[in-house]
Amino acid sequence: MKHIKCECGHVNPEGTVLCEACGKPIEANQYIDGNDKKKLLNMRYEGSARRSTTYNKTIVDKVWNFFSSVKVAVWLIVIALIASGIGTIFPLEQYIPADAISRDPAIFYEETYGIFGKIFYQLGFHKLYSSWWYLILIASIGVSLVICSIDRFVPLYRALKRQKAKRHVTFINRQRLYSSTETVSNEEIQAVKEHLEKSRYRLKEEDNHIVAEKGRFSRWGPYVNHIGLIIILIAALIRTIPFFYMDDYVWVREGELRVVPGTDGEYYIQNHEFILDTYAEDDERFKDAIAKQGMIIPSNFQTNATIYKAGDAEVIGAEENLEKIGDFQISMNQPAKFGGYTLYQQGYQLNEFSKMSFKVYEMNNSEAEALGEFTVDLFDPKSEYELENGFNVEVKEYYPDYSLTENGVTSKTNDSNNPAFIFNLYTPENDNYETSFVGDVIGSAENLGIDTSVVELKPMADVIGTFAATVPGSEDNQYKILIDSIQFDRTSGLSIKKDYTLPLFVLGAIIFMIGVIQGMYWQHRRIWIHPKNNGILLAGHTNKNWFGLKKDIEKAIEGTSINMVEDQKEDE
Amino acid sequence: MEGLTEISSSMLFASFILYLVATFFFGFTIKDKTAERRKSSIAGSLAITLTIIGFITQVIYFITRWMASGNAPVSNMFEFVTFLGMCLVLAFIIIWFIYRLNMLGLFALPIAIIFIAYASVFPTEIPPLVPSLQSHWLWIHVTTVALGSGILFISFVAGLIYLIHGVDQSVRDVRSISLEIVLYIIFLIIGFVVVSSVFGAMHYNATFEYDLNGKTTQTEYTLPAIVAPYEGTLVTDGVMKPWFDTPEWMHGADAGRKFNSVIWSFIVGTLIYGIARLVLRKRIGATIQPLLKNVKPDLVDEINYRSVAIGFPVFTLGGLIFAAIWAQEAWGRFWGWDPKETWALITWFFYAAYLHLRLSRGWHGEKSAWLAVIGFGIILFNLIVVNLVLAGLHSYA
Ligand code: HEM
Repeated sequence: MKHIKCECGHVNPEGTVLCEACGKPIEANQYIDGNDKKKLLNMRYEGSARRSTTYNKTIVDKVWNFFSSVKVAVWLIVIALIASGIGTIFPLEQYIPADAISRDPAIFYEETYGIFGKIFYQLGFHKLYSSWWYLILIASIGVSLVICSIDRFVPLYRALKRQKAKRHVTFINRQRLYSSTETVSNEEIQAVKEHLEKSRYRLKEEDNHIVAEKGRFSRWGPYVNHIGLIIILIAALIRTIPFFYMDDYVWVREGELRVVPGTDGEYYIQNHEFILDTYAEDDERFKDAIAKQGMIIPSNFQTNATIYKAGDAEVIGAEENLEKIGDFQISMNQPAKFGGYTLYQQGYQLNEFSKMSFKVYEMNNSEAEALGEFTVDLFDPKSEYELENGFNVEVKEYYPDYSLTENGVTSKTNDSNNPAFIFNLYTPENDNYETSFVGDVIGSAENLGIDTSVVELKPMADVIGTFAATVPGSEDNQYKILIDSIQFDRTSGLSIKKDYTLPLFVLGAIIFMIGVIQGMYWQHRRIWIHPKNNGILLAGHTNKNWFGLKKDIEKAIEGTSINMVEDQKEDE
Repeated sequence: MEGLTEISSSMLFASFILYLVATFFFGFTIKDKTAERRKSSIAGSLAITLTIIGFITQVIYFITRWMASGNAPVSNMFEFVTFLGMCLVLAFIIIWFIYRLNMLGLFALPIAIIFIAYASVFPTEIPPLVPSLQSHWLWIHVTTVALGSGILFISFVAGLIYLIHGVDQSVRDVRSISLEIVLYIIFLIIGFVVVSSVFGAMHYNATFEYDLNGKTTQTEYTLPAIVAPYEGTLVTDGVMKPWFDTPEWMHGADAGRKFNSVIWSFIVGTLIYGIARLVLRKRIGATIQPLLKNVKPDLVDEINYRSVAIGFPVFTLGGLIFAAIWAQEAWGRFWGWDPKETWALITWFFYAAYLHLRLSRGWHGEKSAWLAVIGFGIILFNLIVVNLVLAGLHSYA
């Protein structure tokens, strides 16, 4: 390595722009920071020798230099910014609404948003934030952060540590804030020193040369905040490893005991009761807003549950060995925490159908007794039901979650949220069968203006038969099948998470905040006093907030004949 | 309870008037050419005093509304936008005490006034909180974001002053036209406020039925319908018939009504702008420019940068960190890439890019001023477009 010895005697590393000790510009290197074209010195990195501005031969140098450029960092950030913005134009894959035309992204985007939707989907924006190129972009920002910070931190640290009070005169008069005063008395200098100390500057003196310095630690702010960012990126990386992060979902009916998925059969949950509270329509505070919105607004969803731990998972019948962990009232914003897992109240289903009973009547004689009846267990529907009077009902079609869309009849999910049936009825005296459509209770209720997401149908279950009409399949049906009673379950949807990376994210966020506050709310200010003949040269530099530094200098020279510094900033 | 709500709304109205009066006093200060910037004139001290009284009045509005509802009043558009206006005023007061620049008030207060006026277009009833919003983290998060945004808005104010002062109005080029467009957009917002207030005072209402994901849904227009929802039918009698339908791809909840409001804002905003241009016979930018003769561009540039430096950490804390804590508490996912979150991230990226650009020569002054204007646009985009349009399309929120 070629070292450069300055006239002050300090030996600087190759590539140094301003001598680390006295600040004298090193002639041959002035182009590096652009000082050759300007009057003022570029003080950003104190003119220290950075690897990126010194070497550019090998491929390693070139990669290093690429990633250590702030310009490249800004480009990476801007590209990430634009890509993220495009990703919000249409919903992401996971936000395709439940009542969409189709939940298949290949169909959904084009059908819903036309040609733009199709392009959006084909470019992969529907899962942008996990696409390989977005991840590479974020990773590059990470690499850039690391390289950029190393490239600058070490030389900057050296330069600030080695700086002397005695500076070369060209360093002084090429500072942005500068003045020269012909005659200054010792008393005046003494007064300035006292003022500066009162403003909490630290003074260093050498042969009557003085440097007053304040807030140097703020120079490390960006490096601290970048460490925080790197920790966050690492945490995000680790989170993709299954051991560190798990995410599952479970539906539990009232009264039901279920194993909590994702816990390897270690934990069980029993749902004692699901509670849905709504705001009273005559609530003094909110009645205006409720009236305006014209709907029922929930105030609380809550599952009262008990969590058990399985005694010994190896033993068959572990369920009998359950050890109670505790009772929990799980509600929104109040998750249950146990054994490293967290259970969140996520969804609910008030009107999940569990059993439906039907009665068969003669067509034009609703007064008459029912001819027969049968009950469908919706968790275990059979394909055929034999009635006591010898009738036979065949389940031709079963839609657990019936919905009528432009594309015809479908079942939105496989859960019995809104069952509908097409029955074929066989009678002993006849070879032919009759077809009837029965179901869509939810649709009928909603047609009556009932919001089934917050209103329970259970109390109305007795009269429910009047909700859903039977639609005869053929005109000349002799019999009709009516819903007689419905059993509803209230089901609570809970999501279960385990996330060991959270502490790392928290750590990264704290370090980031410390770093930005350190760098933004404090500034590194320096004031130099350089004796010259009978007078002094005065110069000042700060990394930001020049207004504040000027005020400091004004205060320091108050009551003396020293000239106020001038701002030599050039127009750009 | 009723009493508190009433006190609360009169306080808000009082602060609105106080800001208006304070703006005039700030207006008087720019005529003192000789008066030294920091030795503030009588008009200047009166103006800042009125601003502070207005701010305190608005704080009383905030506290009394909080007492009336039991929830921090930051949970719907009306409450949040009002609060944002208040944060802008607070940020202005802080920056005023650092730099004592009266000119800032002349621009910051009218923007705060527009915010409050815009807010009052939305329903002002106290909303009940749905379960996911019942968390202390909600208001901690929202108030911090608003404060951070308020401080960042000051950089916009400084940037705007810099541009109006510095952009050459004697030529027709990209810069002078872009600046004029920025000012024109402010007119559009004023247009929206005016047309909504006028028809709001008349209690105008027209109801449409339209098809939302296979369900017949009603939407209530409070402005006469120029455009109907896609394949919507008017069910109110005796009101203006729509001229055409919203295009098919705009079919989220209430898309028609929102599109209609946008059209009205354009019509009325353009009308006001056009009249102003006819009266003034020059660009709005060119009209204001002479008033800013005494502006020191370096100082304004410094304020631009300084407010980003102060606002950025606050925004990060509120918009990303507190938001993540709340999301973790409520849903068990601290980050979910929903449009609102993503736009907070974009805002953060943008100001990070701004700070990095300031590190190099050549990005100070006018370029920084343009960046500050864009940053303001991004925050407003998240507030208005994401809340009212994207969120609607996505049928959540
Ligand atoms: C995307 C997330 C990033 C954020 C939020 C961020 C944030 C910051 C902040 C707040 C500063 C302080 C600015 C100032 O003091 O004026 C800073 C400085 C800096 N950042 Fe970043 N940064 C990010 C990414 C990067 C990347 C990818 C690089 C790599 C090239 C980088 C390189 C730098 C450098 C070199 C400084 C200046 C240090 C100095 O001059 O004292 N940053 N960054």
